[in-house]
Amino acid sequence: MGNFAANEGLSIFVILVWLGINVFLFVHFYLAFLVERYYYTRVILGHALSWARAPAACLNFNCMLILLPVCRNLLSFLRGSIQYCSRTAARQLDRNLTFHKLVAYMIALHTAIHIIAHLFNFERFMDSQLMINSSYLPYVLSQIGNNDNRSYLNPIRTNETNPTIVMFTTIAGLTGVVITLALILIITSSMEVIRRSYFEVFWFTHHLFIVFFIGLVLHGVGRIVRGQTIESVKVHKPDECHSRFEDWGKNGTDCPEPVFAGNPPMTWKWVVGPMILYVCERLVRFYRSQQKVVITKVVMHPSKTLELQMKKKGFKMEVGQYVFIKCPSISQLEWHPFTLTSAPEEDHLSVHIRIVGDWTQALYTACGGDKTVVQDAWTLPKVAVDGPFGTASEDVFRYEVVMLVGAGIGVTPFASVLKSVWYKHVQENKNVFTKKIYFYWLCPETQAFEWFADLLQSLERQMMEKDMSDFLSYNIYLTRWKDAEAAHFRVQYEAEDDPITGLKQKTRYGKPNWDNEFSAIATQHPGSKVGVFLCGPTALATALGKQCISHTESGTEFIFNKENF
Amino acid sequence: MGKIEWAMWANEQSLAAGLIYATGGIVGVAGQFRGWQFAAFGIAAGVFVCLLEYPRSKRRKGTSVERTGQYCFTVCVKAFGPLTRNYYVRAFLHAALCVPGGFMLATVLGCVCLGIASLIYLSAAIHGEHWEPILPRTEQPKSVGNSIKEPPQNPPPRPPPELRRKKVDKLETAVYDNPMSVTINE
Repeated sequence: MGNFAANEGLSIFVILVWLGINVFLFVHFYLAFLVERYYYTRVILGHALSWARAPAACLNFNCMLILLPVCRNLLSFLRGSIQYCSRTAARQLDRNLTFHKLVAYMIALHTAIHIIAHLFNFERFMDSQLMINSSYLPYVLSQIGNNDNRSYLNPIRTNETNPTIVMFTTIAGLTGVVITLALILIITSSMEVIRRSYFEVFWFTHHLFIVFFIGLVLHGVGRIVRGQTIESVKVHKPDECHSRFEDWGKNGTDCPEPVFAGNPPMTWKWVVGPMILYVCERLVRFYRSQQKVVITKVVMHPSKTLELQMKKKGFKMEVGQYVFIKCPSISQLEWHPFTLTSAPEEDHLSVHIRIVGDWTQALYTACGGDKTVVQDAWTLPKVAVDGPFGTASEDVFRYEVVMLVGAGIGVTPFASVLKSVWYKHVQENKNVFTKKIYFYWLCPETQAFEWFADLLQSLERQMMEKDMSDFLSYNIYLTRWKDAEAAHFRVQYEAEDDPITGLKQKTRYGKPNWDNEFSAIATQHPGSKVGVFLCGPTALATALGKQCISHTESGTEFIFNKENF
Repeated sequence: MGKIEWAMWANEQSLAAGLIYATGGIVGVAGQFRGWQFAAFGIAAGVFVCLLEYPRSKRRKGTSVERTGQYCFTVCVKAFGPLTRNYYVRAFLHAALCVPGGFMLATVLGCVCLGIASLIYLSAAIHGEHWEPILPRTEQPKSVGNSIKEPPQNPPPRPPPELRRKKVDKLETAVYDNPMSVTINE
């Protein structure tokens, strides 16, 4: 329990504050429509009016928030500024996508409440037009404003219609349908199954948010929510006059006819700020994409991994950051994220791309991956790079002892970290705060080792030369193998170099026993903060998170950082 | 958007549409709105669509992720054979089911969502997709490798005895080498 607060405390606090604001807005606006001004509106609608307006206020708040977590350039800038004050606060910004999804669910929930309440409202408005009886207050109220068509209460002006037609002929109704449809399409195409398999469908459908926001701003323009005007309330008190409705406006009464007006649209005040920020964000991305990027080297690795080395003028990065890459010859609109595998000290930037879908396959073909002859530089496609954007790996050097865990392709950010550590220690002679790195790589197939094994081999060689072999302790775990390979491993057991990687440290088989590993590290480094960094599947994240919490005892503190795309 | 299986998105959309249709219907019936009969139909149609769409289809390429507890639904849906396998039938069915929803405000949203799902299914059908049940794989009995079926008829080939005898000065290199590698037939 001890480390739970350190690891999760700030997140929980942020979520509670956000929920608290939602509840406050809901209750406040619910009560705001129980006042005198809306007395006659409530005569027709009852509490359904408040039930519709309260979620509307929450929707304003959440639609304001939803654009902010996806302004990644803004977040990157904030992250850079905040991390001088508090590392923990900066780490919260890594969870931007989780927050974006939470806000989206809240928007869906409030939309549902809002629509159901309005269904009742429409029905009640229609009822009061249809019950033609001049001793029936709702009917009388509905007839007000028949002459000038401005001071009316009931937005349904005639009894020869039905709610469906009214919905399609009012601005509020029509925009409501359009934005709800956009929201539903966005949500169904964002389901994890669709998102992980067909990123393009998710990405294109998500742009319906433009329709959503335009509709949202226009939704209140028709001023369909109506209450008594302030001047009218002064001369016509609903409490006193409501029972004398047959005498309104007649000579000698002190109850003139009430005058109604609609509320001005408020949503634009909430969302205009974030909309402008988001437009700026897209402009920044566009500007960055226009900067010239040259591909200097293309390497095709086994297990369908493509390495691209590129140069971009003025590009600065930190370890473990990621970039978005666009290839206009494949698609003008698609940007795909990839972790950088080069170190900041190198003069180029490199990414290792796994070929899994349409876009990556097309990139492979465009870079001449299937040709065996050497390609000329001018045949390589033009690419655009946006970024770099910050991730948890930037924090690696702030810990004295570091545990890096990468599963499969998740090892890519750590390639950058290890290279950078090496450059810092050897070539630049800086005083590096990090004293010991424990590196764990879990891999299901042997071929995936190849490009990373090369890196580890050269590090191993250089560490031995500088007599620093105990700085980096790495453990490679092969989690799946064929029987035929197993026979080969057994035979080669006594060989000096590992049969798979060629490294001095042997590959292990199966999954690591995390309990033992954490205990061993805790015993070896009492009293220090150990940073645990993971790039891998959620199941592993849960397991490691639990281990961090349970092994944090007096002195040794394990702090868990997770990144995922 | 080359290789997308449209049916996957159509499935998510129609499941959502079924829920919305049913919810709108419940509101219409509970509030006793005018035209509540359409709302009652909406509940029935929505629930039916949800039951039909709950089991995910097996993907043509890649791993299929089941929804929790979908096996019994898979069996029921599979029992209808070509009616549920063919996506043209589904597209038409959804289009037909959504029409009555348009007559009442509470079910209009369900109607439009189901209509969109119907269009996506039509696209899936045009691309030649069809519904495949995800059934649990039966454990195949471990087949014994072909090479171990019968004992060998002849002894393995060996060099003549004079060459087999270890020469004293070549002791380290006189290791017997297996002429064939020992592996199970894959």
